[in-house]
Amino acid sequence: MIRYYAWLGARSLRRNPVLTALMVTAIALGIGAFMTLYSVFHLMSADPIPWKSEQLHIVRLDNWEADGGWGDSASGESVPPDQLTWRDARALMQARQAPLQTMMFQIALAVQPENAAIKPFNETGRMTYADFFPMFEPPFLFGSGWDRGADEARERVVVLSKAVNEKVFAGENSVGRSIRLGESNYRVIGVLDSWHPAPKYYDLTTGGFEDPEGFYLPLTINDDLRLRPNGNTNCFKAADDPSFDTFLTSECVWTQFWVQLDSAAERERYLDFLNAYVTEQKALGRFPRALGNRVTPVLEWLQLRKVVGDDVPISLGIASAFLLVCLLNSVGLMLAKFLGRAGEIGVRRALGASRGQVFAQFLFEAAAIGVAGGVLGLGVAWLGLAGVRALLPDSPMAASLDPQLIGIAVLLSMTASVLAGLFPTWRACQIAPAAQLKSN
Amino acid sequence: MLHMQNLSKIYRTQLIETHALRDFSLHVNAGEFVAVTGPSGSGKTTFLNIAGLLEEHSEGSYQIDGVEVRGLNDRERSKLRNAKIGFIFQNFNLIPDLNLFDNVDVPLRYRGLASAERRRRIEQSLARVGLSSRMKHYPSELSGGQQQRVAIARALAGEPKLLLADEPTGNLDSMMARAVLELLEEINAQGTTVIMVTHDPELAARAQRNVHIIDGQLVDLGSEPSAAIKPAPATRSVAIA
Repeated sequence: MIRYYAWLGARSLRRNPVLTALMVTAIALGIGAFMTLYSVFHLMSADPIPWKSEQLHIVRLDNWEADGGWGDSASGESVPPDQLTWRDARALMQARQAPLQTMMFQIALAVQPENAAIKPFNETGRMTYADFFPMFEPPFLFGSGWDRGADEARERVVVLSKAVNEKVFAGENSVGRSIRLGESNYRVIGVLDSWHPAPKYYDLTTGGFEDPEGFYLPLTINDDLRLRPNGNTNCFKAADDPSFDTFLTSECVWTQFWVQLDSAAERERYLDFLNAYVTEQKALGRFPRALGNRVTPVLEWLQLRKVVGDDVPISLGIASAFLLVCLLNSVGLMLAKFLGRAGEIGVRRALGASRGQVFAQFLFEAAAIGVAGGVLGLGVAWLGLAGVRALLPDSPMAASLDPQLIGIAVLLSMTASVLAGLFPTWRACQIAPAAQLKSN
Repeated sequence: MLHMQNLSKIYRTQLIETHALRDFSLHVNAGEFVAVTGPSGSGKTTFLNIAGLLEEHSEGSYQIDGVEVRGLNDRERSKLRNAKIGFIFQNFNLIPDLNLFDNVDVPLRYRGLASAERRRRIEQSLARVGLSSRMKHYPSELSGGQQQRVAIARALAGEPKLLLADEPTGNLDSMMARAVLELLEEINAQGTTVIMVTHDPELAARAQRNVHIIDGQLVDLGSEPSAAIKPAPATRSVAIA
């Protein structure tokens, strides 16, 4: 019978096409608006590294002035800065208390291709440690990341993004070749495949949804390069002079520090280590605030940083309300359509259909409307997202529909239509067949 | 085949109670062709609806093919209706957006028959009423007489033991009416019990037996319908205090 109901449901779309078109359009608009905003919400609130987001932790030391300044204004609670000073981060790196750890910061350099036909261009890069690659697991197209030995030896090696490799080396395997970044040459040892973690959780200081950097260099070579960061720098004490050496020893925070800790016990142990380190530093006259160090896993970190702003859930709520209004409209239209077929219901009942069978038939018809509305709604959502992308090309809103979201849209549309169809279907089943047979 | 004993049907509203059938007893043997006559509002349609399990009676006993229907739930009544009863209506009651094949298929779907068996029955039934060449046509493409023949084919496809016909020729001209009646007689001759409600004394006269309903009560006339067909008092209503 299910095939029969499905067949009748599909046929029912052709019956009374104006009414059908109105219902499908109402559902499509509701689903389209909802899916547009849900896609944005989904993108922004997704776990960027679900298989190990519990293991990766950002490290924050509560290094700020004693009487406030840096704090969570909403709750009034004092929280540590997002980044670390150079000297604290280097000290933590040297202590090597986590199985995998990296300090890092963003830089910007001019890429100067050997091929004169390609004009030099500015590109952001990331100075980091060898552990960056096993920790954040970017996929490699060619080669690999460098090892800890390269960190210690301050090797001039580089890992390129796929985009930069395509631009400079036409997408060929460039491992072993040389590339000039800024004033130095570097040997390419790896090329990443497409990699767009969203949100870009490992560095939220320049925005949660920026593209990853175009190249990665061992941070240790900055002892020679003496590059300043391209990202945010925050200081609570004025530097004595503007020199780079003073900058490195200042209380300015500008490096991110991440560790991989595989268990709660490791996390506790690492926090104890941090507290001990800060206590030691307090004795030297630093860290004027009470101990407030944090070791925070990825998802908690995204939540703390409010990567998904309040406006997105509000918009999603409005879209849900709009979907509800569209569904209520559909209830009215479906009621009109179903009750308009009282004669057919009477005939089917006379020919042996039970109330349950009539109920099932009409629910399938409601589902057919839902599928049609869902498919059209996907088109509306696609247009909606295209509009968002056109209006805000660099925004996190530049989401797209993936197969999972397409499935959700159709399922949601079907479920919503079936729910909307329950009352009209129930009413249709209450029709007394005898009365209809005589008057039909 | 059909056995009603002291059956009554009362319609109740907040203010009034209407006795559509009162103390109604009727026994129809298998293979009979019974015409039911009576003035408008006498209770003929109510009788047919109860006989066809489309309505429940208020009191009394009703057995169809030996099965007592009182107390059956909707699913059981629907199953029994599908298995034992065929309907022919004055307005044909074909589903307009299904072609003839699919219209005849409707009761067979609820029977749960296999596809090949359904096809065999549909083709056989439409052939029997002379419409096998028009299986893919829609009801709106047929004359009234042809539509009624499709309705008969639909009823026959289910191989019912009891065929209930409600004014089957009421919307047809005399030639088509005669053809439909001959078809009903042929079906009856092959063993199907036929109960036909009609206003037409000429049609009633062709039945083996006539029953007349007046004011919700039965008068069995044997094979002489005309004497009973006369204006009747309205169905009695009793005001509720």
